[in-house]
Amino acid sequence: MYLFDKDINLRTKKGNDLQMEMWFSDIHTDGVKLSIRIEEQLFSAQSEVQRIDVLESKDFGKILVVDGDLMLTERDEFIYHEMIAHVPMAVHPSVKEVLVVGGGDGGVVRELIKYDDIEKIDVVEPDPLLVEVCRKYIPEIANSLTDARVNIFHEDGLRFIRSKGDAYDLIIIDSPNPFGAGEGLFTKEFYGNCYNALHGDGIMINQNESPFYTEEAFQCQRMHKRIVETFPICRVYQAHIPSYPSGHWLFGFASKKYHPLDDLDKVAWKLKGIHTKYYEPRLHAGVFALPAYVEELLEDVER
Amino acid sequence: MERLSQTRAPIYEALERFRRNRVVPFDVPGHKHGRGNPELVELLGERCVSIDVNSMKPLDNLCHPISVIKEAEELAADAFGAEHAFLMVGGTTSAVQTMVLACCKKGDKIILPRNVHRSVINAMVLCGAKPIYVNPDVDKELGISLGMKKTDVEEAIRENPDAVAVFVNNPTYYGICSDLKAIVKMAHEKGMKVLADEAHGTHFYFGRDLPVSAMEAGADIASVSMHKSGGSLTQSSFLLTGKNMNPGYIRQIINLTQTTSASYLLLSSLDISRRNLALRGESSFKMVTDLAEYAREEINKIGDYYAFGREMVNGDSIYDFDPTKLSIHTLDIGLAGIEVYDILRDEYDIQIEFGDLGNILAYLSIGDRIREVERLVTALADLRRRYKKDKAGMLSQEYIAPKVVMTPQDSFYAEKESLPLRETKGRICSEFVMCYPPGIPVLAPGEEITDEIIDYIVYAKEKGCSMTGPEDEKIERLNVLV
Repeated sequence: MYLFDKDINLRTKKGNDLQMEMWFSDIHTDGVKLSIRIEEQLFSAQSEVQRIDVLESKDFGKILVVDGDLMLTERDEFIYHEMIAHVPMAVHPSVKEVLVVGGGDGGVVRELIKYDDIEKIDVVEPDPLLVEVCRKYIPEIANSLTDARVNIFHEDGLRFIRSKGDAYDLIIIDSPNPFGAGEGLFTKEFYGNCYNALHGDGIMINQNESPFYTEEAFQCQRMHKRIVETFPICRVYQAHIPSYPSGHWLFGFASKKYHPLDDLDKVAWKLKGIHTKYYEPRLHAGVFALPAYVEELLEDVER
Repeated sequence: MERLSQTRAPIYEALERFRRNRVVPFDVPGHKHGRGNPELVELLGERCVSIDVNSMKPLDNLCHPISVIKEAEELAADAFGAEHAFLMVGGTTSAVQTMVLACCKKGDKIILPRNVHRSVINAMVLCGAKPIYVNPDVDKELGISLGMKKTDVEEAIRENPDAVAVFVNNPTYYGICSDLKAIVKMAHEKGMKVLADEAHGTHFYFGRDLPVSAMEAGADIASVSMHKSGGSLTQSSFLLTGKNMNPGYIRQIINLTQTTSASYLLLSSLDISRRNLALRGESSFKMVTDLAEYAREEINKIGDYYAFGREMVNGDSIYDFDPTKLSIHTLDIGLAGIEVYDILRDEYDIQIEFGDLGNILAYLSIGDRIREVERLVTALADLRRRYKKDKAGMLSQEYIAPKVVMTPQDSFYAEKESLPLRETKGRICSEFVMCYPPGIPVLAPGEEITDEIIDYIVYAKEKGCSMTGPEDEKIERLNVLV
């Protein structure tokens, strides 16, 4: 999926004005791409880990691109980050220690620091440049990382998790796609070590890719299979994220004790007075109701 | 003739010239640059099939090299510090067989450790040489065969002054080296040749701070698996010779069994890989060593696993250790190596080189990256968390000293009958039994079958080792001499 493809066309408009068009294409499959018109390229560099670009667009605002893949857009990132953070937070009655794997952009942390009860947020982001770039170009999101409860570890996620046992209430795996540097975060060994790193009533949330296109659907199944083998309670929920392939996105809810619906405490969450734009306790039950074809896809590996 | 620079790759360059000339093929292979077999092109790609060509004047001929292959061999000899190098296309197996066939005739004695690759004993089936086994030293804790002790080699030489050669693994599959220089000295004093199996030692010629290579130690002939740590295509290999070997005769021996249609994919891969190692080998193997050392450190932190390294060196049967090898003792988590091997593949999608009863070996090479090493280490940590159990009842004994009754050749061709495994005790075996990998025989033709060996075979099968060798596919019966 490594492709950063700028189509630059010069065309003459009425009145002989020259206007340049610059488009960023996020390749979704060999035959499908999402193209966004770009006003300006704000940043581009190769770190030791990956290539990082920040683009500016009219329709999606600022866009963070890693190794040619769209990571987030200013316009719709709230959906992803709210859904990955608030669903477990509304279920687990007392989250104090959280681990975020990936997430150097600060989006997940921005949601987490809305909770006063949380005492510690460890963020494992292998690439220091990513954090730096996000702080500079998308401070609205990345400034959250300066919260006093946040500790950033620039380490490999697998290496970090190996030495942890009974240490967290919640682990959020905010990983990029399963074909690049983050491949290790989609493996059974990683999920197994996450299980080990959680307290006895801990919850693990992972971004679970999209079920729509064949290749992603296969990865989606594989992830689910590996998690089902590791955790006693495993459910999948969904959100609609316009800039991601197919727009239909899944998350995995894996838990040692709490059930994502039976243990949801809507009132307690409401009383916290947290402001959200997408997540809603009313929505909570609904997002676990999956389309039939997705149910089938998941059941296929649950047997 | 002036020698070419190591930056050159004469076979590869000749193939490029050939491709540019757009030569019309009215010769074999019949796929004609892939046109006759579009599905093959789809699989392998156009570039690949376009250089799958036959020997011809501009491309030389492996059976009798006079131009570009000869140049490639000279460059390889230079790079490896050998007098002569031969490009091999039948795997290191063919190189090892050539070594034995070139040094031994029917009835000749050859001194060797018993933990040799099957190809060595296969060659003895062909030529009728008589093996004089030196029992390798054994690490009882780990359950692995080590190198040969100097005193044991000395004794074998003294007791068999008529032996023609001494055969040495440099290193063993686990990366363990005998004192090759001392063995060369002892053997040469008695006029014996020294043959080195360097299937796992290609990098010794290029890396720094690695064990001594056979050519540097003064061995007469060595088989180097370029396709293992050297990065060439599977089945390609080098045979190296020292000063006292006659290259023309070696070529004749090679031609006894080698194909006359050598693949240019293999030949050019040898050529390019030799160039790569000559130019960049030192830094590449430094990286591999660093990765292996890091992995050892991390694995030993997990607990119960033992990833062994240079601390094993004892000045004799472990004269040196290859730090690029990542062997891990697994018995203390209550699992046989072969079980860990299977779990890693089936549950973690991690394929390692092999597992025996007590250990696994993860093969690290110039193609590895830190992120895959992290996966392996993390998987081992998780596997221990999920599977750790008492190790009672686990067998670790790996080496069983053979009772050699007849030569491999005599027993292989003798009249024989097939018996159920359990009924073969006390009989002489006429075939091989081995776990593959590593392909080191548990039984070889001409050896007496004991209870201990039968138990070992049954246990290894039960633990899931892939057993090979016998005629009987399920290894429930063995051929024994009548």
